Amino acid sequence: MLWQAFTALLSHWRRHRLQLAMLLLGLALATALWSAVQAINAQARLSYARAAAVIGQDRLSALVRVDGAPIAQDTYIRLRQAGWLVSPVIEGELRFGSGRLRLIGIEPLTLPPQAAQVDVSADDIGLAAFITPPGLLVVAPETAARLAGEATPPLRLSEALPPGVALSDIGIAQRLLAQPGRISRLILAPVQLSGLPPLATIAPELVMRAPATESDLSRLTDSFHLNLTAFGFLAFAVGLFIVHAAIGLAFEQRRPVLRTLRALGLPLRALVALSITELLVLSLLAGVLGVALGYGVAAVLLPDVAASLRGLYGAEVDGQLSLQPSVWALGLALAVAGTLASAASRLWRIATLPLLAPAQPRAWSRMSAQALVLQAAAGTGLLAISALAVIIGHGLVAGFVSLGAMLLGAALLLPLVLSLVLALAGRMGRGVVTQWFWADTRQQLPGLSLALMALLLALAANAGVGAMVGSFRLTFVGWLDQRLASELYVTARSDEESDLMRSWLAARSDAVLPIWSAEEKILGEPVQVYGLRDHVTYRENWPLLAAAPDVWDRLEAGTGILVNEQMARRKHLRLGDELTLSGGRSQTIVGIYSDYGNPKAQAMIGIDLLLALHPDVNRQRFAVRIAPDRAAGLAAQLRDAFALPADNVIDQASVKAFSLRIFERTFAVTAALNVLTLGVAALAIFASLLTLADMRLAQLAPVWAMGLTLRRLALLEVLRSMALASFTMLAAVPVGLALAWLLLAVVNVEAFGWQLPMHVFPLDWLRLGSLSLISAALAAALPALQLVRRQPSALVMVFANER
Amino acid sequence: MLLELKDVSKTYPTGEGPLRVLSGVSLSLARGACVALTGESGSGKSTLLHLAGGLDRPDAGQILFEGRDIVQLGESDLAAFRRTRIGMVFQQFNLIPSLDVAANLAFQARLAGRHDPDWCSALAERLGLSGLLGRYPEQLSGGQQQRVAIGRALAARPKLILADEPTGNLDEATGDAVLDLMLALQAETGAALLMVTHSLRLAARLGSRVHLSAGRLA
Repeated sequence: MLWQAFTALLSHWRRHRLQLAMLLLGLALATALWSAVQAINAQARLSYARAAAVIGQDRLSALVRVDGAPIAQDTYIRLRQAGWLVSPVIEGELRFGSGRLRLIGIEPLTLPPQAAQVDVSADDIGLAAFITPPGLLVVAPETAARLAGEATPPLRLSEALPPGVALSDIGIAQRLLAQPGRISRLILAPVQLSGLPPLATIAPELVMRAPATESDLSRLTDSFHLNLTAFGFLAFAVGLFIVHAAIGLAFEQRRPVLRTLRALGLPLRALVALSITELLVLSLLAGVLGVALGYGVAAVLLPDVAASLRGLYGAEVDGQLSLQPSVWALGLALAVAGTLASAASRLWRIATLPLLAPAQPRAWSRMSAQALVLQAAAGTGLLAISALAVIIGHGLVAGFVSLGAMLLGAALLLPLVLSLVLALAGRMGRGVVTQWFWADTRQQLPGLSLALMALLLALAANAGVGAMVGSFRLTFVGWLDQRLASELYVTARSDEESDLMRSWLAARSDAVLPIWSAEEKILGEPVQVYGLRDHVTYRENWPLLAAAPDVWDRLEAGTGILVNEQMARRKHLRLGDELTLSGGRSQTIVGIYSDYGNPKAQAMIGIDLLLALHPDVNRQRFAVRIAPDRAAGLAAQLRDAFALPADNVIDQASVKAFSLRIFERTFAVTAALNVLTLGVAALAIFASLLTLADMRLAQLAPVWAMGLTLRRLALLEVLRSMALASFTMLAAVPVGLALAWLLLAVVNVEAFGWQLPMHVFPLDWLRLGSLSLISAALAAALPALQLVRRQPSALVMVFANER
Repeated sequence: MLLELKDVSKTYPTGEGPLRVLSGVSLSLARGACVALTGESGSGKSTLLHLAGGLDRPDAGQILFEGRDIVQLGESDLAAFRRTRIGMVFQQFNLIPSLDVAANLAFQARLAGRHDPDWCSALAERLGLSGLLGRYPEQLSGGQQQRVAIGRALAARPKLILADEPTGNLDEATGDAVLDLMLALQAETGAALLMVTHSLRLAARLGSRVHLSAGRLA
């Protein structure tokens, strides 16, 4: 009995293959976009975990200085002499050309076996070669490929290391990082000798740091991945509209079958169970297809994501996507959960369907005025929650709650707004066909409202994210012009060479401005502190958001400090606040500057103060001011005079182009997800129109019988779809603006630590509007074509008595 | 002669092969005539009505309306013919659900460019719809809906009313009342009426009757 009933249910899909295809495609696309984001995030997290696990940082404790400063060599020796089993490590950023490398120096002889990620005594590396000059750099194969042609010590390959990391002997690393005798931390062997003298007596300046359970990178990039997840979820939600529409339609079409099955003796419980089984089969099919598609999308997007993460955070992510069971499981679970959630109301209707319910399908999803108002009230409530989340809430989660509630609230309000607009249009219409057109369009609204809500979400996301990216681009380009005011940027190969170059340049340029920095620990957070030489370049160009009147004089006098916006926001700093630098030196905040594209805390002090605090600061980088038309000539002379590689002298345009490239790639993924979401929404309209086409026949046939040609009716059908898309686009503009504001003023501030001025781009809306009109016309084209091609015999069936 | 069907045949393709619904049917209808078309289920009554109304085309034969062969008309001319010459009344009423009663009543007349508000008001009055003009079809009973359909068919002052089982969905008393109204209005307007019905009792109330059996006139 059950099998017979199940085949009767499934036979619907055999007769309505297009509807089945739309249901599977909608769910598969929704799952695909979500899975793509999950696969990318999982890949990134895997890379972060590998990076965090380098030399056992995730398993072994370490000794570090309380103030975050490097540990002196003497301290290490004292500890070893006292019997402490510790091993020194230096870690720093090594620049080569335009790239960066995380260099970790170890002492292989004292390194605990648990931290020995790479066996440096193996034949292919060799202990002697590793520890004696010029030393070796052990890197992952893909890092070696990036280093090809760079002036580095000999390379050895190891699959055990994550990309972007190089391992060397500590002595070699100290030399490469220009930090002789310095140690970042001391790794503690897990088993220590008994009866050791306490740490406080040998090295009171050190404290024990527990193994890191979460890497800095993971924390730093959380917001980036949360952004991606939010967009993935939006795409999934848009896809679910298709699923909901397709399932709802199937329910209405199968109403007579359901009633008959009940009448023939199928228990209600069995009918519900069969309906759920059917949904599970369909959702699993679509889920497998969706996750597979998602991997394809992720493979295409991953290079851009990896480039964004490298450019923004210095985080290295493997370019190769690995298949992870968790992504498959989550994708399938989401497909099943999404389908069941979309079908919940229909399942409830089946469970409560009276045996003698009307067998004819009702007008699909006919919505009473009361239901419309109730839905709109729910939408208004969500908008209120969105506003409250902004006013009362804090943090990124509150930002996303506000964003989600605003989008969903606007979507729920859409049918009522459209209904009112169409009623008004009908009242203003003069001709009988015009009046019928608007009245009929209004009647189609319940059947199309889900697809239109999906379109609203997609259009609003496009308009909003477009405004956000556009505002960011305008601000970023302006900011780059201010920030990159110097004509040339030079990286010497050593401090000595840098000294020589600056002397050489003194007579040949207008100014030489050092770009020297050291890491400080301020308010418990590592901060890169730069030293600024007082110069008109900074006085005229530096992008200050807030400043004391005598900001530059106080900086030059060594009594003031500038902090970047993200540090000021994170630590709630204001002008006049005091910050303590190493050695207990207190500085007053005299300015806050914008620092887009950098998620980390940064500060600036006078160059003399920097040199006083950090006499061994790396002095290799500096900028050169010269008349722009002489910049290229000077760069060439400098390269010749010092036999410098081309990458070590970069002109302003190249740096700007590089920065903009990172910027564009950062938003390439967002743009791709946006376009895909719009595509899914267009598909939702197409699916709805196509599946409604059969039901429409009963409404169109009388009008045809009374004298309107099929061609005209088909044209009106296309116009109807375009009119609804236009009104939805108009509604999407304010929603998009609200979304852009939330992204710029709330989410960005929480996620990245900077706020941007908002700009609007009406031309983009026009382009988006045209795109949605074309999508709507294309979506309506096939049903309209089918209508034109209808044989009169099919149309008169509507009037036949023996239907 | 208002309507002449000459040797009209019609075949529909089906899963079991072509199905011949009408075979060489010839029929004439004078202006103002009132004819019942009877026959068993599947005898081709509705098909004949649809062909006469320009809703479908025959495979063979001529359909002359006021001497003009409508089979030869193009799609837009045929649509204009339906708009201006024919008033259709269906068993399922087939009102436009998105329009209220007043708009439904006037719909075809306005399409045909012959909207006469006074005539529409008079029709509404005669059909007992004056108090229902602001309602929508779903808010009406079957009898009320069929009265709106009759009003819609007559509002454009067509020359021929084609009614397909107009009382088939109504109980006997309501059906009789609706038919009384339709016949009275048909007589007033001078339109011809061709009505398909199963009921010999109702057929007897019309001026003449033709019987269709297995696609042929009996």
